Amino acid sequence: MSEQYQLNKELAQMLKGGVIMDVTTPEQARIAQEAGACAVMALERIPADIRAAGGVSRMSDPAMIRSIQEAVTIPVMAKCRIGHFAEAQILEAIEIDYIDESEVLSPADDVYHVDKTKFRVPFVCGARDLGEALRRIAEGASMIRTKGEPGTGDIVQAVRHMRMMNSQIRHVVSLQDDELYEEAKQLQVPYELVKQVHDSGRLPVVNFAAGGVATPADAVLMMQLGAEGVFVGSGIFKSGDPKKRAAAIVQAVTNYQDAKLLAELSSGLGEAMVGINKQEIALLMEERGK
Amino acid sequence: MRIGVLAVQGAFAEHIAAVKKLGAEAFEIRNTGDISQPFDGLILPGGESTVMKKLLHDLGLFEPLKKKIDSGLPVLGTCAGMILLAKNIDSGEEPCFGTMDITVKRNAYGRQLGSFVCTDRFADKDITMRFIRAPYVTETDSSVEILSGHDNKIVAVRQNNQLATAFHPELTDDNTVYMLFFKIIENRAGK
Repeated sequence: MSEQYQLNKELAQMLKGGVIMDVTTPEQARIAQEAGACAVMALERIPADIRAAGGVSRMSDPAMIRSIQEAVTIPVMAKCRIGHFAEAQILEAIEIDYIDESEVLSPADDVYHVDKTKFRVPFVCGARDLGEALRRIAEGASMIRTKGEPGTGDIVQAVRHMRMMNSQIRHVVSLQDDELYEEAKQLQVPYELVKQVHDSGRLPVVNFAAGGVATPADAVLMMQLGAEGVFVGSGIFKSGDPKKRAAAIVQAVTNYQDAKLLAELSSGLGEAMVGINKQEIALLMEERGK
Repeated sequence: MRIGVLAVQGAFAEHIAAVKKLGAEAFEIRNTGDISQPFDGLILPGGESTVMKKLLHDLGLFEPLKKKIDSGLPVLGTCAGMILLAKNIDSGEEPCFGTMDITVKRNAYGRQLGSFVCTDRFADKDITMRFIRAPYVTETDSSVEILSGHDNKIVAVRQNNQLATAFHPELTDDNTVYMLFFKIIENRAGK
């Protein structure tokens, strides 16, 4: 394992217990930082608007990403399309702190993901289950997040993905050593990674929740299900009072086992983003990049 | 020996594991209830200092912890933890505890592509140092002892019972930094 890859995994460790927020302007980035975001995701349109706009969704303008890098001291992430290694090269060139090879954008390659081992800059990727997670890690991802269903404000997919991942990890842990080869075959992943999961009882990298988080309670639900931190995309800046909601979600993630505090934090937050559920949408982003 | 690790955000679990491995007791500090029992040392972990600073205030932890540090509670700050202890931040932003007479530069080595590993002197021993979007110290008061320099930059310091490193001892197997911290705690208890 390269030294840089180890450092990249460790940067994800530093983000644990934190909230990563989608922002579209330097002003929003500053609001996010002041509210306690541990990193921001710079993008031109948040997932809910990408859904509404339709068409092809691409990497954001590097000038826009740079303006956000200049606005905050916390790490700045940005998205490239699945398989679009040229967009990833551009993001590396502007020294982004983390690249999200994301199903939220239109995939550029319907077979291959970016070979992330060719980059020094770290990558986070979405996954719905253990197989997807370990395939992304094999390709060089140093952080994983659930896919959820972005831009919906509906938490059900993220919950499904986190529960699936956890139950598959428990299953791998329960196996005997000689059963791990077959498990690797079933999961379509390298044996070494299955062995690591078996021995450690967890993913080899940090695992965040993402896709559909809209309230402090959603964030807490994911933390109690085993997420090590939370991405909030459309949930904050599509709500009535972004500042207040952002700060409430940050505190909720830190104190995810304190129901009394959560009751306070959930009070008077104003309007949450208008949700849409899976049955109402034509485009399932979670189906992208398996 | 009972050590509290600030656990509002960041790599606190790694510190807790390291402390426990060395045979001391470690617990998480997330709210004021957690610090109602006495403890012998405080660790401020790596993570994002802006997040930790905000949460320290929001959760009512700032005043009681500052009081404890002021009255000599041994404290170890790593990376973001060093920024929380520093009296001055070179960008001019408000300090957090501000109990250590040092000036730090935040993200001093640049963004993630500037993160690195090296081996260098800590006190009188060579140790592995992992720097992740790390700060370094640009100025110190004469009462501050410089424990490590790397590439002509100050990366580990001690002032009385306060110890701070720009790198992450919790991410290596080397326990030199912890042993010094434990010694500070024992010395204080012996007084």
